Amino acid sequence: MLKLLYFAWLRTKIGIAEERVAVPEGVTDVAGLIDWLRGRGDGYAEALANLDVVKVAVNQEYVPFTHPVAAGDEVALFPPVTGG
Amino acid sequence: MSVRVQRDDFDIGAELAALSDGDTGIGGVCSFTGLVRDLHPQAGEGPGTVRALTLEHYSGMTERQLEAIEAEARARWPLSSSLIIHRYGRMEPGERIVLVACASAHREAAFEACRFIMDWLKTKAPFWKLEDTSSDGARWVDARHSDDAAARRWE
Repeated sequence: MLKLLYFAWLRTKIGIAEERVAVPEGVTDVAGLIDWLRGRGDGYAEALANLDVVKVAVNQEYVPFTHPVAAGDEVALFPPVTGG
Repeated sequence: MSVRVQRDDFDIGAELAALSDGDTGIGGVCSFTGLVRDLHPQAGEGPGTVRALTLEHYSGMTERQLEAIEAEARARWPLSSSLIIHRYGRMEPGERIVLVACASAHREAAFEACRFIMDWLKTKAPFWKLEDTSSDGARWVDARHSDDAAARRWE
């Protein structure tokens, strides 16, 4: 299973903060996972339409879209950060 | 060295006093306090526009990122002690959001490390601001290119 987390406007567009999914067949990296997520509904497609404004963390570390994903990973998708 | 992510406000005087307490080798403490403001100059909106901010964060990753930033500061400058406090939840204009403080034997290290921590925190710590505005209700604050440029200066 993958633990997926969404924050800020990605969370509001997708409509949930967190979900658990089985690693989809053929998905080996973050880019593949995002492609698969886009097919799950309009909210996902809209939230993930422009990857220039999407950051990814796997197991709480920033990673590029080419980073591998595997069962047991925590994958978070969120906009560029605005703290401080 | 210390990182705290909390909902509650903090007492700047007490925090700064504690940072240098018992270490007479410290020559100076430099601190930065970030506040909620009620205006939005980039959007051309004046005072009173922002009624409140709600800060969301990624619990777990936030602490890890802040600890990594603090460790990097301590690797770059000779700090005697350091502190990062960042709040989350709903805050109104005038409230404190963040406190960064660095203590060192000399002022140069304290000034530079404090600025470095703030610059990296702005682009790496997973916080997001939701503004409640009088002009168009709730809206997520966009990241600023100037913050990216400030963070890159240290790379």
